[in-house]
Amino acid sequence: MNNIIQVKNLTKQYGDFFAVNKISFEVKKGEIFGFLGANGAGKTTAMKMLIGVSKPTSGDANVAGFDVFKNPEKIKKSIGYMSQKFALYDDLTVNENITFFGGIYGLTRKVIKQKTKALLQYLEIENLGKTLVGSLPLGIKQKLAFSIALIHEPKIVFLDEPTGGVDPITRRQFWEMIYEKAHQGTTIFVTTHYMDEAEYCDRVSIMVSGKIEALDTPKKLKEIYKVDSMNEVFLKLARG
Amino acid sequence: MLPIIFIMPILQILILSNAATFDIKKIKMAYVDHDKSTFSRELISKFQASPYFVVTADFPASKLGLDAIQQGKAAVLLEIPTDFEKDLIKDKESSLSIQVNAINGAIAGIENSYVNQIIQKFNTNIRAKLMPVVPFGKGLKQVVVKPSFWYNQNLDYKIYMVPGIIVLLITMVTFFLSGMNIVREKEIGTLEQINVTPIKKYQFIIGKLFPFWVIGIFLLFLGMNIGRIAFNVPIVGNPAVILLFASIYILVFLGFGFFISNFTETQQQAMFIAWFFVVIFILMSGLFTPIESMPSWAQKITEYNPIRYFIEVIRMVMLKGSGFKDVLPQLTRIIIFSIVMNTLAVVSYKKVN
Repeated sequence: MNNIIQVKNLTKQYGDFFAVNKISFEVKKGEIFGFLGANGAGKTTAMKMLIGVSKPTSGDANVAGFDVFKNPEKIKKSIGYMSQKFALYDDLTVNENITFFGGIYGLTRKVIKQKTKALLQYLEIENLGKTLVGSLPLGIKQKLAFSIALIHEPKIVFLDEPTGGVDPITRRQFWEMIYEKAHQGTTIFVTTHYMDEAEYCDRVSIMVSGKIEALDTPKKLKEIYKVDSMNEVFLKLARG
Repeated sequence: MLPIIFIMPILQILILSNAATFDIKKIKMAYVDHDKSTFSRELISKFQASPYFVVTADFPASKLGLDAIQQGKAAVLLEIPTDFEKDLIKDKESSLSIQVNAINGAIAGIENSYVNQIIQKFNTNIRAKLMPVVPFGKGLKQVVVKPSFWYNQNLDYKIYMVPGIIVLLITMVTFFLSGMNIVREKEIGTLEQINVTPIKKYQFIIGKLFPFWVIGIFLLFLGMNIGRIAFNVPIVGNPAVILLFASIYILVFLGFGFFISNFTETQQQAMFIAWFFVVIFILMSGLFTPIESMPSWAQKITEYNPIRYFIEVIRMVMLKGSGFKDVLPQLTRIIIFSIVMNTLAVVSYKKVN
């Protein structure tokens, strides 16, 4: 099976309101899949159903080989997640955060120790292991959160607006990390509001009021809508 | 946060135990002496000599004395009529008037009984003086009651209050901490992160609550030792019984706190609900007011109040020396509570919504 995420007619309904209305798409293994949409278009809701924290009202979805209805906990073992709200523990140190999340994913102490060392080296923050995460600059925090989301080597990593509020240089570095991971075979599912980031994605879907209005490579989308940038594609679609 | 958790309880025990007392002393008393005789002065001097009364003023007219009560300058007003001495000598009887500020009925009752005791004593002395020549054996025989007070011989209020206050502290700290903590994670966003991990529900709950359980047990040790050192509160029974009871009791409130935080989105909401229950539980716990004197419907409610049982048990064991078998009824209740509360907490905690 080449599709690591398979979604068919997935729907989330709150009363009369369809937050997500019958969306269908596939994500291939090792792909960087951009999940775009205006605020309130239903991206986050859709993503929450895929990561097993929100139960879909109807439809089918299969993530990393597991059904979102039947095996949400098994999905959680095979995915990493980093949310737009920074979600490491501010009052724990860098090392403690790594140990804690490593422990949750069932890594042994020995492995955690190795991973910690490698991770600090990779992020070039060897001297910050005993620093409280709360006192780190946002850029480092985000990169650290991304690395910790990958600590258990998940098949897919879900990133919910990972670069919100980060400076352009860090954003650049962040995307370099994403590319590196994608090359190693990790599937990246990312939501963003930055259209330049959308250009980096292999394929992009654009959600408008609960539905997927467009899904293709950035290049193709620009051709279809006869514009020069993803920004214009987005504006055309989102404005209706 | 940690220093607050520990320093706050120490201060509370030290301050509350001294303040939460029903001992009534230094009652402000005023009098109006219309008689101005030897007898009236003797009576007044009895009040002056008593540790329970502070004689604040004498007034020439009863109107002024009543004003003093109105203004809160006196709690008790004694009025001695003209011819008090004369009547006593001539008719062997006389009357006095006592006015008591009875806004707090319980206190007024006690004040009244103190006043009466002093007057009784005065009465006996006067009789002896007025009827000096009574042949031996024909004197007035009186029934003398000599009470013996068990478990708290000196009627020291602190000995009664300290164990209850320890319960209060353990309850508030563990209940609020567990109630706040998970909601706080909701607010920060870490709970969302946790929900995306494959962590098991029970692992998360135990991981979250165990530290608070340890804090609760530590507070118990701290409280009992402060009680012993600072207030001479004895620990007559086996502390292990208290420890056993406390370790289950704390679970009730940890589960309860967790349960509340599952239904609230912000720390304010959780705090508000937790306060609502704590206030009811404390006022209906028998800590300040005896449960036996509550109306029967209120007594029924207290049967579902965990604080009540711990206060009963800690007082029984520390002051009376009750053993494991004596506290078994309370222990059974608290075990049931903890099972119910924690089941509710686990069931209502949803990683998927």
